[in-house]
Amino acid sequence: MSKDLFEVKTGLAEMLKGGVIMDVTNPKEAEIAEKAGAVAVMALERIPADIRKDGGIARASDPKMIKEIQKRVSIPVMAKCRIGHFAEAQILESLKVDYIDESEVLTPADEANHIWKHDFKTPFVCGATNLAEALRRIGEGAALIRTKGEPGTGNIVEAVRHMRTINTEIAILATLRDDELMAAAKEMGAPFHLVNQVAETGKLPVPNFSAGGIATPADASLMMQLGAETIFVGSGIFKSQNPDAMAKAIVQAATFYDNPDKLAEISEGLGSAMKGLDMSEITPEERMQDRGW
Amino acid sequence: MPHPEAYNDLTIGIMAMQGSFAKHAYSLGNLGIKSRVIRSAEDLAQVDAVILPGGESTTMTLLLENEGLWEPLNEALKTLPVFGTCAGAILLGRQIDDPRVHCFEKIDVETVRNAYGRQVESFTTALVMPRVLDHDFHAIFIRAPKFENIGPGVSTLAVYGAEQVMLKQGNVLIASFHPELTDDSGIHKYFIDEIVLKSR
Repeated sequence: MSKDLFEVKTGLAEMLKGGVIMDVTNPKEAEIAEKAGAVAVMALERIPADIRKDGGIARASDPKMIKEIQKRVSIPVMAKCRIGHFAEAQILESLKVDYIDESEVLTPADEANHIWKHDFKTPFVCGATNLAEALRRIGEGAALIRTKGEPGTGNIVEAVRHMRTINTEIAILATLRDDELMAAAKEMGAPFHLVNQVAETGKLPVPNFSAGGIATPADASLMMQLGAETIFVGSGIFKSQNPDAMAKAIVQAATFYDNPDKLAEISEGLGSAMKGLDMSEITPEERMQDRGW
Repeated sequence: MPHPEAYNDLTIGIMAMQGSFAKHAYSLGNLGIKSRVIRSAEDLAQVDAVILPGGESTTMTLLLENEGLWEPLNEALKTLPVFGTCAGAILLGRQIDDPRVHCFEKIDVETVRNAYGRQVESFTTALVMPRVLDHDFHAIFIRAPKFENIGPGVSTLAVYGAEQVMLKQGNVLIASFHPELTDDSGIHKYFIDEIVLKSR
């Protein structure tokens, strides 16, 4: 990827920092999200909690729905394609979505390969559970990484695990000597030049956001205090008792994430958050975070 | 590189509702200039100038208004120099083509959001700006706005094709691109040297 194209792709992610990106399934929800202060929306047919419940194959959304959402809101519109499904990604690029999420929330189309994202002018975001996975996605051309968490659960535990894992693995790389980095790259299964870069700079080469299980303002604050630069909220808003109020509150929480007095005020009287799932209620086959390689 | 002594006394406030505020802090840091984020009216009392960063202008409008920060900022901008990039530039204009976004009307220009198109139309280019820099500036345009119906009191500092992309009026500077996304702090230095220090 040329330096210029990379700058333009990560540049949009920079503009989304300190904000909230919300899953929406129709123009009306998109408008609620924009009015609540979302910095972008993710257009998809069903939110992760419903995909989990309904079963079947989850695919990229109907272009008609994406176009209607693009018409309704002025903020960036993102959309998901299946892992490895570059034809779906080509269609999303033709629709001029602002970011493509090659997402484990949809049913994977390829069990060995992800999309070669360098071929696209549209930037990609990809999920990761650890540093090696993040660097493989960046090697393929992702301009933005997010924790996978466990989508559609309203349970923050997996997002926390992934963010802490990535942070710890970066910290360890930064302590290694130059002559230890090739072995580290081999062990991790990550591209050497990126391992080298992370060891040198002590951070990911692209912005790092968080997704998968965020359901309250306090969840947003927790992830941002752990280093997430922006928050994706999927089921957490439209599965809560009062989506309007929850959406506004999580937007405020992303700005005031390190201000407990403010967060107490923001969290007051929001009604119940989404019910959520304990990880023990999910079988190994149902875990979305294990999709992707 | 030694920093002018006058820089030591400065603190620049960067509006931090959302967006590229940390990148602006980095650009100022390169010049040896202190900055602080602005998230409340109290934060405004302690700064010598303000930067409105890039980001989403709808989100910024909502948060500034809901937090009761719009009026204090409007009041502060009656005297403080201000630099706005992209979404920040939109907020400083006289008028915008979108009712979801509000303006401080600090510079006599109308803005059109996302005027080059969606993200696939975002681009980089080398800008020549002889009144500002002795070298070309590597400018990054992200879903950028355009400036239209530019008033007679506004001076143009950079053009891209037929578009005027960096403008100044009094102590207000706006750019439709993102100087904060590059390692070149030349435009920030211009803002400090030619606007902030000269307005003291």
